Amino acid sequence: MPVAFPFSAIVAQDEMKLAILIAATDQSIGGVLVFGDRGTGKSTAIRALAALLPSMRVVEHCVYNCDPDAAETALCESCREQKRTKGKLKVRKGSVPVVDLPLGATEDRVIGALDLESALTRGEKRFEPGLLARAHRGFLYIDEANLLEDHLVDALLDVAASGENVVEREGLSVRHPARFVLVGSGNPEEGELRPQLLDRFGLSVEVSTPQDLKSRMQVVRLRDEFERDPAAFIDKWKRKDAKIRRQILKAKDKLALVEVPDATLQRATELCMKLGTDGLRGELTLIRAARAFAALEGDDAVGDKHLMRVAPPALRHRLRRNVLDDAGSTTRVERAIEELFGTESAGA
Amino acid sequence: MIHGDGSPASSAAGPGSKPTSSLGSGSGTGSDHEPTHPQSAQSPQASRWDDACLAAALFAIDPAGSIGVAVRALPGPVRDVWLELLRELLPADQPFRRVPLHIADGRLLGGLDLSATLRAGRPVAERGLLAEADGGVVLLAMAERVARSTAAHLSAALDNHEVLVERDGITARTPTRFGVVALDEGANDEEQLPHTLVDRFAMLLDLNDIAWRDALPADYSAEEILEARLRLADIDIGEPMLEAICGTAMALGVDSLRASLAAAQVARAAAALAERDAVTVEDVSLAARLVLAPRATRLPMPEQPDDQQPEEPPPPEENQDDDQDNQTPEQEIDKPLEDQVLESAEAAIPANLLAMLQMGALRSRSRTSGKSGASQNGSLRGRPAGTRRGEPGAGARLSIIETLRAAAPWQRLRRAERESAGKGGNLLVEVRHDDFRVTRYKQRSETTTIFVVDASGSAALHRLAEAKGAVELLLADCYVRRDRVAMIAFRGPRAELLLPPTRSLVRAKRSLAGLPGGGGTPLACGIDAAVDLADGVQRRGGTPVVVVLTDGRANVTRAGIGGRAQATEDAISSARAFRVAELNALVVDMSPRPRPDAEKLAQEMGAVYLPLPHANANALSSAVQAVS
Repeated sequence: MPVAFPFSAIVAQDEMKLAILIAATDQSIGGVLVFGDRGTGKSTAIRALAALLPSMRVVEHCVYNCDPDAAETALCESCREQKRTKGKLKVRKGSVPVVDLPLGATEDRVIGALDLESALTRGEKRFEPGLLARAHRGFLYIDEANLLEDHLVDALLDVAASGENVVEREGLSVRHPARFVLVGSGNPEEGELRPQLLDRFGLSVEVSTPQDLKSRMQVVRLRDEFERDPAAFIDKWKRKDAKIRRQILKAKDKLALVEVPDATLQRATELCMKLGTDGLRGELTLIRAARAFAALEGDDAVGDKHLMRVAPPALRHRLRRNVLDDAGSTTRVERAIEELFGTESAGA
Repeated sequence: MIHGDGSPASSAAGPGSKPTSSLGSGSGTGSDHEPTHPQSAQSPQASRWDDACLAAALFAIDPAGSIGVAVRALPGPVRDVWLELLRELLPADQPFRRVPLHIADGRLLGGLDLSATLRAGRPVAERGLLAEADGGVVLLAMAERVARSTAAHLSAALDNHEVLVERDGITARTPTRFGVVALDEGANDEEQLPHTLVDRFAMLLDLNDIAWRDALPADYSAEEILEARLRLADIDIGEPMLEAICGTAMALGVDSLRASLAAAQVARAAAALAERDAVTVEDVSLAARLVLAPRATRLPMPEQPDDQQPEEPPPPEENQDDDQDNQTPEQEIDKPLEDQVLESAEAAIPANLLAMLQMGALRSRSRTSGKSGASQNGSLRGRPAGTRRGEPGAGARLSIIETLRAAAPWQRLRRAERESAGKGGNLLVEVRHDDFRVTRYKQRSETTTIFVVDASGSAALHRLAEAKGAVELLLADCYVRRDRVAMIAFRGPRAELLLPPTRSLVRAKRSLAGLPGGGGTPLACGIDAAVDLADGVQRRGGTPVVVVLTDGRANVTRAGIGGRAQATEDAISSARAFRVAELNALVVDMSPRPRPDAEKLAQEMGAVYLPLPHANANALSSAVQAVS
């Protein structure tokens, strides 16, 4: 695999970086969507994520990367079998998968299908897991998510909602766990995302090209340096990347300890009601994202400053389009924050 | 010009010192153009051609690097000369592959090689064209018509320097680096390269108005290129040069940072070609001309800082915070170096683009690039767009070849299964349910909702206002639905197209801002106008839905003369013509006490009749969505 550009060397785009870190800290957030102009480092940031993720415990020889500490219902069949017969599971350290779903992938590779090789050579029926299986407990990255074919989107939505992939085809009947964080990127000019898919993403980030000369030069210089000698460049940024990795690790440990006071919960609900977001998913994501952000910052409790920072990415894609309001959804969220939290704190 | 006079370094100094003049100004010695174009009066076309030749040379220095070229030109001798020059300069031992317009994904990316698979009895992967082009060049012909998915695959391969295949039971990652030369044969502004690709190309050339007599091949030698290639890795780009590039890009409103990066790379290649160790202002000027100028979305601001605030068009994302930040650095960068580069770039902005920039029309144009309509999958008409697993019937057509392809690898397994089950029979090929592949078609099929509003009499204002509201509501989610909306109003002697089919909410708001009302009811004219418009929509591949808002009481004839009896007769005959056109239609009766007139009209039109005495925009738009 070609080396990825280091995460720490990405200039500006703070909201995008934060959203990615939050998703890495708390996988239950439900994914990140990065929408924006061309050439703003969307794909770069997401591909850089793979290098940052700390390792995790997985069951040895399990094709689905099962979690040894998970409840029995969340295991795949072979692991369940193993646990029943042997009482415990063999554990190894594995890396968190970041799986690319390339455009033009066929359905059989995404959800899994008969293993062609064993069918051809040995005349055996065997299930070959697809990308969804490989992405279990990790990240599934869709570049140009808005160009993804509809039947693949359907398959994805179904699995993402249930956390389980059910394959009934070619005489096979297989089910296996598939919980993954959906990460998508795209350019809104190429087309909009289907609302159902949009709703799956916990956080949605809008990126644009930095408008100051210094950042722009910095981007071009770093990228140029990277292209000329990737190995040396990565070496140079290794320590900064390691620092971010430690930050994620710490935040993961702290996550369960971060308190969410009732007052904060009420604030979150008020904000969602003010914006008229559909369903409870918005509130849930808002709270979870704020908690993950607090954990990343090393704070013990979720407060207004956390809510304010994560509200735009958590809510902006959940607003109903309002014809009478020409302002973009980001502005609307910001306006609501300002009204609710008061002007003096909005700048903080 | 740099043509083989052996001292490219000295000749390339021309454009830097005199940015607005042509690149050929320093080519005193042995330029091919000299007889026809005395250097002082070299035409802009000739200098553009020189730049184009130079671009070919720069591309050839590092073909598999990140600089791509897009050449906008109709097929013809000029383009051929340019391509020939490029072929000569490119290393002969590297692949040079042509990508046909409708290349299948399997061929482009690779997949299962069916015949080899069956022969070998195990899956054999086939390398795709992109993997085969590793280290070489891919030539994309008729690039303006390339499918979006092909463009996306190319972009992904260019970005990641690898081809990732997940298809036909094969997972493969093949590293590949290649350069792309795209031939853009777009004849007008509507036909353009996909933006994803343009963003990844460094140099954008336009050879369209270059005369053949100007198109003399520049004589760069392959050795010269080879030497430059060896030198390229050691060339540095200094901070001031980088600043000049980024500053110029900002001044011209080139937002994508890929462009700035590409300009830096082009500048380095130019320095290598000129046998320099470091990038100089000449190289940067050249890069700005080749890379940044064609992408300009605005003209540089005037010098006075005071004028900047009001004159600056909003940046695309309208990010408030950034907006305030960017004022200061832009004022600081008024340095001679940058001015030089900027001036050079400005002089190289293509004439038609320049005209558009001056009118300030570019923003809106680039935003509506999708106006040819979204194509829709799954219909039975249109262009075949691949196959997918699925049942034939129910509106899907079986694709026999793909079905057989899908069935082929499993034959051995199935034969064994059949034998073990004791079922004999000598089937040549056993096709099972899972193998069925159906052809998908792509077709432009957007719905265009045509509102035909009776703007006569006293209720007109109310009707118009609600119709306008419905138009805006429909447009509000048309981004998702890909619909368009048009509006016709009829009153007095005739019908008038107030809003041509559009998807733009902004435009709708503007055109419908001040609607006139009152006068007679030329119902026949209104219906006729709707038929005409619907016909046009259908001819472009769209699906029209007509919504008529009226009380159905006509009192102006088709000829525009008053008279209830004749007017009603005309209206009925128009309604019958409408019925023949077999359009989806809805007649909304908005009069406070619905009368049979409108219902009769609906019957004659073959339309759904809907009395909505107190119709409001919401009810109206949901009714329309139910019909369409």
